[in-house]
Amino acid sequence: MRFLPLVWAALWRKRPRTFFTMASIAIAFLLYGLLYAISNAFNKGVEVAGADRLVVISKYSLTQPLPYSFLNDIRLIDGVEAVTWASWFGGVYQDERNFFPQFPVDAQSYLDMYPEIVLPAEQREALLRTRTGAIVARTLADRFGWRVGDRIPIQATIWTSKTGDTWEFDLVGIFDTADPSARGQFEMMLFNHEYFDEARAFGQGIVGWYIVRTVDPARNAEVANAIDARLRNSSNPTKTDSEKAFNQSFLKQMGDIGLIVKSILGAVFFTLLFLTGNTMMQSVRERVPELAVLKTLGFNDSRVLLLVLAEAAALCVIAALAGLGIAAVLLPPIANKLPGFSGMGLDPQTFVIGVGIAALLALAVGLPPALRASRISIVDALAGR
Amino acid sequence: MIPFLRQIAAVTTMNLKSVPSRLGTSLVIVIGIAGVVGVMTALLSMAAGFKATLASTGRADRVIILRGGANDELSSVLYREQGRIVLEMPGIRKGADGAPLASAELYMLTDVVKKSSGGASNVIVRGVARNVWQLRPEARIVAGRDLEPGRREVLVGRAAQSQFAGLEIGDAVEVRDGPWQVVGVFEAEGGSHESEIWVDVDTLHGAIPRQGYTGVTAQLEDARAETFQAFKDRLTTDPRLTVQVQREPEYYASRSQALSNFINGLGYTVTIIMAIGAVFGALNTMYAAVSTRTIEIATLRALGFGGAPVVVSVLIEALLLALAGGLIGAALAYGVFNGYSVSTLNFQTFSQTAFAFRVTPELLAQGVSGAVLIGMLGGLFPAVRAARLPIVNALRAA
Repeated sequence: MRFLPLVWAALWRKRPRTFFTMASIAIAFLLYGLLYAISNAFNKGVEVAGADRLVVISKYSLTQPLPYSFLNDIRLIDGVEAVTWASWFGGVYQDERNFFPQFPVDAQSYLDMYPEIVLPAEQREALLRTRTGAIVARTLADRFGWRVGDRIPIQATIWTSKTGDTWEFDLVGIFDTADPSARGQFEMMLFNHEYFDEARAFGQGIVGWYIVRTVDPARNAEVANAIDARLRNSSNPTKTDSEKAFNQSFLKQMGDIGLIVKSILGAVFFTLLFLTGNTMMQSVRERVPELAVLKTLGFNDSRVLLLVLAEAAALCVIAALAGLGIAAVLLPPIANKLPGFSGMGLDPQTFVIGVGIAALLALAVGLPPALRASRISIVDALAGR
Repeated sequence: MIPFLRQIAAVTTMNLKSVPSRLGTSLVIVIGIAGVVGVMTALLSMAAGFKATLASTGRADRVIILRGGANDELSSVLYREQGRIVLEMPGIRKGADGAPLASAELYMLTDVVKKSSGGASNVIVRGVARNVWQLRPEARIVAGRDLEPGRREVLVGRAAQSQFAGLEIGDAVEVRDGPWQVVGVFEAEGGSHESEIWVDVDTLHGAIPRQGYTGVTAQLEDARAETFQAFKDRLTTDPRLTVQVQREPEYYASRSQALSNFINGLGYTVTIIMAIGAVFGALNTMYAAVSTRTIEIATLRALGFGGAPVVVSVLIEALLLALAGGLIGAALAYGVFNGYSVSTLNFQTFSQTAFAFRVTPELLAQGVSGAVLIGMLGGLFPAVRAARLPIVNALRAA
């Protein structure tokens, strides 16, 4: 610790050089922070999936609806504790760019199925009571300035109603998620299936998919097989998966986001390795006589090695923290603008891994010059040889 | 002027000859900029490939008719009767047999396993009419044979076949109500229809409970705006129909807007951030280059060389190093990514769209000019500093 001032002074020996190097490192970590936050946001659905929940969809496609009568078939399966359902409404609020999902659901059983959704008890009652009632996520209410009591017009793209293209919902509640980082996953509008089914112009008696809670996550596979076996010879054979697997397969449809992020960052850090390594080498080369003086004063080889390594570590870690800090500041406003990304931010794990990468970088770029510094022969160095 | 140029040439040659002795520092610029240009070109070639696929989809003289209010084919519903009314509308070009060149189609999605991820993916199934080859002359069968009416058979697009598993001729695809056999492969000049699976629309109707269509694609007499407007007005004012009419190029462009913006946004954001980092790296290198040569520069100045040749020579060195980096990066991106095909979920249509990365000449030029710009920014300040070095101090420092 008492050598800290020495390390600090050595670090700032050439101010512009240290500043530019730090700026490049900080930018690499800014990119790391932003890209990982995006990648984590995509993965959030897999992470927050309920371990005891299954999703039942058509074997042919998620977009192929299932008959309402399956509800009774699924209920009868051994190991099923609760069943609910939802459909894709696909409406538009004012403009297609204001995209957010809307699901007609059976409010009672759906809210019981998802304890993640936190809704005041009286608002839940209001939703059950109000035929045309709807509830929305807090992030959506904030984005569009909605308050409880508002009437929200939603333009149908698929489900025209018997009275026209526009559905009007009464906002009776605003919900949040227990875990703030899961907000993006629940950024949606929910309304009553019963009203939807009666008012739609066609398609009565079908639903999008079923969600099942099993009595024990250990029995998920067995229950899923039993459901599919029971419906195999129906007009709509099903494909049942755990919620995690379902979300995962959905994510996979986009492509390998993790691979893209890792490739970009790989190129960035490879470049950085050269840049910083070169700076450290140069800095030690210029200081050979000074290091020789230190050794004359009684610093042994390993102490000199540690001094140079500490300098590299200070350079990399300070810059990394700056870059991650900038990312943490930039992310929330970005997240608020992107539909479905609310709650995106720098999680502690990304932060810790970032600092770990910085330490590795410091070791990689610091070790060669540090070894060189520790091997200096005093006589040669002072003589300028 | 001539002595001035000669001075520049002399100082620049001297600088460049000393590059090998400072190879490590000089490589920082080259590698740094190669990294930026490589990543930028790769990301933007993805956007360019996607755009090219779109541009070759749809023709100006063809229109797509969907239910009013529907966002796309997936959300559209036309009852059989409405489909028939649209097909008989005047304004649709007639084929050699006198029948209208239009087809009422049924568009759905089916799960097919993607080769790269092993996961079920939303692949488009298009139920087409028998006249599809006249309606879309850009599409043609390149392997196998055409569909036979009444038999559960499918044709697969070239891109779909390369991206998804189990789409070889003879394989069976679970379209609806059991397996359907692959009998042929079609191409559509690289357009997005090549990501689709085509089946006979009447056969598809036999396999599902739903008896309607999703939309009608029709060829008009010509591509003029008036022809389109007249046809559109005729349909939208018909009391029996509630439909919207869009020209194909506009329809396909609007259905890919979000994905286009996303790919472009990602590309430019990452590039700009990386470029800023590369400027810092270049500044560092050039400052180092100047500072190791302080005495040389001061000596030159003492001999009577002007400040400007020194500035220019440092800039030229930075530019040449940057150019080398730019060329390496662009060449790497071209070698690795040009023609690389991927398929992703277009969230606007909820379906898979396959496209190939295209490292176009414009992108290569853009990458190399970006490299030169970074070199210029990174070289300028160190160059000015070199010229301003007080001669006496610099010489004394030695």
